[in-house]
Amino acid sequence: MSSEEKQPLLEIKDLYKEYDKKMVLNDIQLQINKGEVIVVLGPSGCGKSTLLRCLNGLEPIQGGEIKLRGKSLSGKDVDWQKIRQHIGMVFQNYDLFPNMTVIENILLGPIKVQKRDKNQVLMQAKELLDRVGLLDRIDAYPRQLSGGQKQRIAIVRALCMNPEIMLFDEVTASLDPEMVREVLEVILGLAKQGMTMIIVTHEMAFAQAVADRIVFLDAGNICEIAEPQEFFTDPKTERAKQFLNIFQY
Amino acid sequence: MQSSVISMVFTSQNLMRLMGGLLVTARIAFISIAIGSIAGIGFGLLMTSKSKWIKGICRLYLEIFRIIPILVWLYIVYFGITSALNIHLEGELVAMIVFSLWGTAEMGDIVRGALESLPRHQIESGRALGLGFWKLYRYVLIPQAVRRMLPGAINLATRMVKTTSLVVLIGVVEVVKVGQQIIEVSRFQVQTASLWIYGLLFILYFIICYPLSVLSKRLEAKWSN
Amino acid sequence: MSINWDFIINSIPLYEKAAWLTLKLAFWGILISLVIGLICSVIQYFKIRILRSIVGAYIELSRNTPLLIQLYFLYFGLTKLGLTLSENTCAIIGLSFLGGSYMSEAFRGGIEAVSKSQIESGLSLGLSKIQLARYVILPQAFSFSISSIGANCIFLLKETSIVGAIAILDLMNVTKDLIGMYYQTFESLLMLVIAYLIILLPMSFLLTWLERKVRYAEFGN
Repeated sequence: MSSEEKQPLLEIKDLYKEYDKKMVLNDIQLQINKGEVIVVLGPSGCGKSTLLRCLNGLEPIQGGEIKLRGKSLSGKDVDWQKIRQHIGMVFQNYDLFPNMTVIENILLGPIKVQKRDKNQVLMQAKELLDRVGLLDRIDAYPRQLSGGQKQRIAIVRALCMNPEIMLFDEVTASLDPEMVREVLEVILGLAKQGMTMIIVTHEMAFAQAVADRIVFLDAGNICEIAEPQEFFTDPKTERAKQFLNIFQY
Repeated sequence: MQSSVISMVFTSQNLMRLMGGLLVTARIAFISIAIGSIAGIGFGLLMTSKSKWIKGICRLYLEIFRIIPILVWLYIVYFGITSALNIHLEGELVAMIVFSLWGTAEMGDIVRGALESLPRHQIESGRALGLGFWKLYRYVLIPQAVRRMLPGAINLATRMVKTTSLVVLIGVVEVVKVGQQIIEVSRFQVQTASLWIYGLLFILYFIICYPLSVLSKRLEAKWSN
Repeated sequence: MSINWDFIINSIPLYEKAAWLTLKLAFWGILISLVIGLICSVIQYFKIRILRSIVGAYIELSRNTPLLIQLYFLYFGLTKLGLTLSENTCAIIGLSFLGGSYMSEAFRGGIEAVSKSQIESGLSLGLSKIQLARYVILPQAFSFSISSIGANCIFLLKETSIVGAIAILDLMNVTKDLIGMYYQTFESLLMLVIAYLIILLPMSFLLTWLERKVRYAEFGN
């Protein structure tokens, strides 16, 4: 094995984060290898979303270090604009730009930020749209789409930047139940292709199906890291047991 | 030199006269705002009426005041009504009439907006508790509506204070007119009198309006959640 | 009371001329207001030091003083310092000084209405601050602020009624002169109201239409 392959894609060391002097994340240690799917679970307000936002530079951190391919993402001289091109993120409220059509939304990053060739990006975009079953909505405006469709477009928009890792922040939380499936299937498909992903979700069955490892967060601390089979059948910590009990009637 | 110029314009006698003028301005503003607010609340309630006719007439009244500039209204009442009815109305009274009618219209719309923005379930849960019409308004709707309309109402008051400056144009001897008289008298000794007097008036209006607009903004920020 | 139609017909050219003047002053006032407003809101958006405090002070001064006093100060006051400005220039400067702050507030409101998550979504694509402003914030801010911009245009058109105070032969002064000279009070006032309605009603309808069009058409539907 070469050292390149042994190095984790993303490494989080001693991460500490606070808001107004209140601790939100503490002592976070996590290594994510290429092709791995991590699902972050935990009760509301445990800091799951904040963790993802720190990884994309949307929240500053007060301690510790985040490394992408061994390069540190902390400190003042970090060019987040560049890093974000390698880390795709999809948000809870889809946040497609309402003033642009589907294809304009998708092309904005690759063409304006990455300065790639338009025809080449267009081909890639069409292929991705086809894969999520929305090629026929290419010229639609976001307001003409359902929530599930918007979220699938948002995923395509992030994928079109050719990111090395994708972050999903509760992407099904504001969808109607019947639309959750179509979005989750897209993410499952990505997992099969070997995309590295960190997923924050409340869909337990999905978490079990997609994850290589489950990270259980509680009150800003990682309580447990385990394989899904083990986590869901035999959690090690009391907090995780309580958490899982809530989901069982 | 400069200070002597200022002391020639702002003699204690002149300052007293300006204060007297300010009092006239304040009287017009205060009475109009008071009448406009009280009548505006009634008008606002009328605007939320279920009857299409009442709603339509209220809307028309409001739009008529919105579309025609206030100065035109002052002219209509000062020159038009007086000549049509062959009566003489003092400019000050004309100003109060026009500002009150205008204030009623604008205040009514603020009250309507506040009432309509109240969530429907508030009304329904009030009804469910068995509250009658008056009690529903008294205990449920009005306390909440007040929060929603106060910033807008203060804003309206600021606008009305600023608009009082126009009454000089229909011959009311208020603070602007007194200022002009002082300029007239002292302009031979002090050429720049108009600069100082209008500068002072500018500051005077600012001193009155600025705190009001800050208050309105603060309340809005405080009650927006 | 009978209406003196001859008088009305004879007065039409006078009102027409004054109405064009009002429109001309309002046009320049609104245009410069928009430019001032845009500059101010950009300064506030990018939080440029010092300039930002100057813009803040300007907005408060302009919004909390009456146009009439602003005009008197400009026309009678500042000219005493050796600055000579024509009546029309004074009127346009006054309207722009007043309107600039209102337009700036309209733009600012629009910018603030763009949700934080839209901005984050743009950031996550690696957009720079300027790209973010150009492709995400400004197009949305414009459609959010179009109704207040429209309201401000109507507000400024109405405020032009005050420029008569500095000896401009506008609609107000034409009316006042006709009343003073011919005592045709009713007819003169009728013409005054009609003139303003002709100017303001189409403007008001146009803006309602535009508002609807920008809101819905630009974002699809």
